[in-house]
Amino acid sequence: MEKIVLPDIENFHELDVYKKHGGYEAIRKALAQTPDEVIDTVKKSGLRGRGGAAFSTGLKWSFMPKTTDKPKYLCVNGDESEPGSFKDRQIFEYNPHQLIEGILIAAYAIGSNNAYVYIRGEYHKWIRLLQKALDDAYAEGLVGEAMKKTYGTNFHVDIFIHKGAGAYICGEESALMESIEGKRGYPRVKPPFPAQNGLWGCPTTINNIETLTNVPAIINKGWEWFAAIGAERHPGTILYGVSGHVNKPGVYELPTGTLLTDIIYNYAGGVPGDKKIKCIIPGGSSMPPLRGDSIEGLRMDAESLKAAGSSIGTAGIMVMDEDTDLVKVLARITRFYYIESCGQCTPCREGTGWMKKILDRMVAGKARSSDIDLVVNVASNIDGNTICALGEAAAWPVMYMIERFRDEFEAVMDNTYVPPIKNKVHSMRQTKITVDRY
Amino acid sequence: MEFKFTEENLEKINRVFAKYPTKKAALMAVLYIAQEQNRYISHEVMQEVAKLLEITEEEVIGVVSFYTMYHTHQPGKYHLQVCTNVSCMLRGAYDIWNAIKEKTGLEDGQTSEDGLFSIEEVECMGSCGTAPMMLVNEDYIENLTKEKALELIDSLK
Ligand SMILES: Cc1cc2nc3c(=O)[nH]c(=O)nc-3n(C[C@H](O)[C@H](O)[C@H](O)COP(=O)(O)O)c2cc1C
Ligand code: SF4
Ligand code: FES
Repeated sequence: MEKIVLPDIENFHELDVYKKHGGYEAIRKALAQTPDEVIDTVKKSGLRGRGGAAFSTGLKWSFMPKTTDKPKYLCVNGDESEPGSFKDRQIFEYNPHQLIEGILIAAYAIGSNNAYVYIRGEYHKWIRLLQKALDDAYAEGLVGEAMKKTYGTNFHVDIFIHKGAGAYICGEESALMESIEGKRGYPRVKPPFPAQNGLWGCPTTINNIETLTNVPAIINKGWEWFAAIGAERHPGTILYGVSGHVNKPGVYELPTGTLLTDIIYNYAGGVPGDKKIKCIIPGGSSMPPLRGDSIEGLRMDAESLKAAGSSIGTAGIMVMDEDTDLVKVLARITRFYYIESCGQCTPCREGTGWMKKILDRMVAGKARSSDIDLVVNVASNIDGNTICALGEAAAWPVMYMIERFRDEFEAVMDNTYVPPIKNKVHSMRQTKITVDRY
Repeated sequence: MEFKFTEENLEKINRVFAKYPTKKAALMAVLYIAQEQNRYISHEVMQEVAKLLEITEEEVIGVVSFYTMYHTHQPGKYHLQVCTNVSCMLRGAYDIWNAIKEKTGLEDGQTSEDGLFSIEEVECMGSCGTAPMMLVNEDYIENLTKEKALELIDSLK
């Protein structure tokens, strides 16, 4: 299988090598077309965002206003803080020029002269690597004002790196823009959407690192080529990050729609000790966990995972073997969202704290008989009642983990616990919550 | 203690200003520069930064307190940050974290009296494929074991 994002070419991160393999030719091709033609190509290719929501990239670009007297901005999301995700750093390290070229093409398509690449602050090393690649590209006149001369065009774009400082929420697109503006990363209420009212109130497009790294290949080889790879409605390749209980954890670039079992057993080397898989999170910790006995035949693309009751997310696959204590895992996941909640909305701020408290109680063996319903109830009161999707990200693991592994949670209840009647949909039961219980 | 940016850093800051249409947008980068110079962000640093960026002190404090990578107290010479999030946890991160706590005699967020070590339990660092892991200051130490972590601490003493 041909790799698009992380090709097996030695020293591909170096500008010379990248150019030798046709690097910075796609931007020339794009510049010879109108921006609308470029958008159309990307739309037809079927490329969908790799940052979590799998939204059509071409469609997103087409939302940008054609006529405006304001500057337009491109934000490139390299915050990569979703637990289980470690793919964008591979691009900074092994293929930074294709990312830069993708940024040039995207900026041209939406008409932006300024692009900000937001990288999480802890990625010191990868920030340096991308900066080095950028400096090299600038030095050869491939980026910035000098583009005009190099490519013989009127268009130019400057690319800046903005270093984050430790806040998961800044990966959320509106929080990311607030952060670039020099503020706390508080997500904004939407609408208005970024294409109307983004960075400094100007039209803005936000794309993930991996998303844009695909773009030069689409321009070079055509949308038909890209659309034919992988799953029909979610084409291309994905950088699957496999972690947890596997023999060979790592990032594997494979077509969309690859069998999950194929990724785990043929690429990631299977589970140590040939143990069974108890639980698997297919798209980073925000996505609903699946039962290990339900993954046979499951394909890794947006539609298939939705049908299976989860989501592709960032394609960070977390594998848990049969000996894993899922109560502990869920408590740890919940701690993350509790810490990372920005605190703007009451259901998220308070709810994550309550969920953590209840789950910690379960881990400590001090759970009360009503705790299972209580924690599920708190979760379902967060879901859908918040400004940004971190609320759901916190609620879903709790709701689905307990729905799908209820027996594990029942096992840690005290002896006053009365198991519910079988076949009832437990997760949606509405236990009345009174605040003074906490 | 009074705080003034060095000439060299003021030049660096001017280059940061050139990246953004507003001075305020330089805040995060300027705080990093200040932290590098002063090792942590003191009240005086925040005052100086506010003056330089023509924003209020409250705005600066708001940002400093929101992001975990700005230190308002001086961290140890070696700031050990252990990820205990799920992928690391599944591969033994809590053994490592507990061993480090015991070895250094510190709790989360504390700095040793000699100023050598501070420790912090952190969230996913994007190393899940090479878990477990810790950071020593800016450096990622991956595929970590308890033994390696303890050896490393010894070698830093
Ligand atoms: C809490 C939260 C955290 C997010 N973190 C990231 C991130 O680290 N990287 C990313 O690309 N997208 C992240 N997203 C998704 C972005 O909001 C946005 O949808 C994405 O960057 C768009 O790019 P794409 O269309 O190319 O996928 C996050 C969303 C939420 C709600
Ligand atoms: S849902 Fe949570 S993280 Fe998102 S804006 Fe509300 S409080 Fe902040
Ligand atoms: S869970 Fe530890 S680095 Fe991702």
